[in-house]
Amino acid sequence: MTSSKQTTGETTPGTTSRDTSAQAQAIDVVGVDRVFRRRRDEVVALQDVTVSVAPGEFVSLIGPSGCGKSTLLRLVADLDTPTSGSVTVFGKSARQARRDQDYGIAFQQAGLLPWRTVASNIELPLKLHGVGASERRARSCELLELVGLQDFGRHHPDQLSGGMQQRVAIARALAERPRLLLMDEPFGALDEITRERMQNELVRICRETSAAVLFVTHSIPEAVFLSDRVVVMSPRPGRIVEIVPAGGGMGTSHERTDEVRDAAEFFHTVATVREHLHGAPVVGARAVENR
Amino acid sequence: MLGRLRAGLLGALGVLLVAALWDLYKAFGPEQGVLVGERTLILPRATDLAMPHTWEMVRRLFEPATGLRGAPTALEAVLDASAFTLSIAARGWLVGVVVGIALALLMTRFKIAEAGMLPWIVLSQTVPLIAIAPLVRRWGAQIEFGSFTWENEHSVALIAAYLAFFPVAVGGLRGLKSPARTHVELMHTYGVGWWRTLITLRLPASVPFLLPALRLAAASAVIGSVVAEVSIGLRGGIGRMVVEYAQSAGGDPAKAWAPIFGAVAVGLVAAGAVGLLTLALRPFHLTETIR
Repeated sequence: MTSSKQTTGETTPGTTSRDTSAQAQAIDVVGVDRVFRRRRDEVVALQDVTVSVAPGEFVSLIGPSGCGKSTLLRLVADLDTPTSGSVTVFGKSARQARRDQDYGIAFQQAGLLPWRTVASNIELPLKLHGVGASERRARSCELLELVGLQDFGRHHPDQLSGGMQQRVAIARALAERPRLLLMDEPFGALDEITRERMQNELVRICRETSAAVLFVTHSIPEAVFLSDRVVVMSPRPGRIVEIVPAGGGMGTSHERTDEVRDAAEFFHTVATVREHLHGAPVVGARAVENR
Repeated sequence: MLGRLRAGLLGALGVLLVAALWDLYKAFGPEQGVLVGERTLILPRATDLAMPHTWEMVRRLFEPATGLRGAPTALEAVLDASAFTLSIAARGWLVGVVVGIALALLMTRFKIAEAGMLPWIVLSQTVPLIAIAPLVRRWGAQIEFGSFTWENEHSVALIAAYLAFFPVAVGGLRGLKSPARTHVELMHTYGVGWWRTLITLRLPASVPFLLPALRLAAASAVIGSVVAEVSIGLRGGIGRMVVEYAQSAGGDPAKAWAPIFGAVAVGLVAAGAVGLLTLALRPFHLTETIR
């Protein structure tokens, strides 16, 4: 896990970070198509998508609505199956990886069960998989501390703010110490201030757990700030336009601090991502705009 | 606590207000009512026969029910009959709730069951009770195994169940299908099957829908019992008593009201019992909110 971490900081141009796949990649998506058929309509949600995520690496999927980024994440989570192509997670099929609980997942809605306390929400996956009560309690205490909610274990979700609920959801995703986190716009419903704080928290959590992350987002600065690589997608049909490395002066995804938000490299990468998103060069001045 | 006291006081005030309105109309309303044209009565007659004084009704409760020597007071007779009807309604409610929840589960589990059964369930409630009551009695009379023989009170309970199952089936179905997609997919990612999902997610989520359904079912069971007692001709319950006492209304107008108060009391007790159930299930009544 740590050895490959070194490789991810370096520039990995284009779609080819798969050369390192002598050892199993956290995620390996090869030539995937996903076509939705509804009556007479055919919607090509994903076309020939090839991308991989190394263990410990943070990769973001960005693109306009309908570009298939959530679909791609759902394929990895085995909530959906590809029409063609293959999806492997740690060298296993996506289905097997789901059965083995190789990943933790967080959605845009926190999705906490309202009748359970915060602690028992975090313990839910452990409980469902037969972990004993004392071990569960120890783990939920640990995770509550990790997400900074140690005093809220006995509260119910409706007593928590949106940001706090999302932190609980992340703690729940981490409950079984997965080596991979799948996050579908987890901060999408939060205000900008909470959002930046949550991003800083996520950097720290990833550093402490050294989990690989596949992160779906709408926000360019968010993607650049958090990621080792940013996968830019375009809609109709959903495909990968470019994979932009976000490293260099910013360091690896585990080294990001608030200063990075002001670094020249950060603005430069934001501009590059935006360029690829719009499919045309953007004038230099607009690159400074931070959202 | 103070809130509950307030609610109780307001409730008592409401009853007094109805009683006051009744006697005010009786005092000042026209003896022969208000007629539109020749025959259409739009306000009731205020004679002693049509509208006995409220205190007459109450006083009548404490007088012997019949002219026989050693006859119990009307109140005792009504209480006896109420208890009898309540016990039948309770049995009907219980059967109805079990059947209703079973149907809701079946419809949740199999889409085809929902498509095939839901229209029939709705249709079942359009059959007039008076039509099915004699049929149920006739069919029941043919049932006999071992020491068990089908009594008329079983027919009444069955008809009560026939009315009670409907809100439970429909409300239960809505409740069991109420979990958000995020929640259902989360269970899928945990790799747990339909039964575990049912117990961890669907059943608790259905509680806010089931409680009002149970309350409706209680009201339906009471009405069903009272009406079925009349149509089947079962003695000993409130339904039959309403008919019997109404026959003596000519000479003893206040007496006819005694079983009506009994019916109201049965309804109140039934609703109250379900209210206690609501208290017990309160933890599940929380809903997810994002602040």
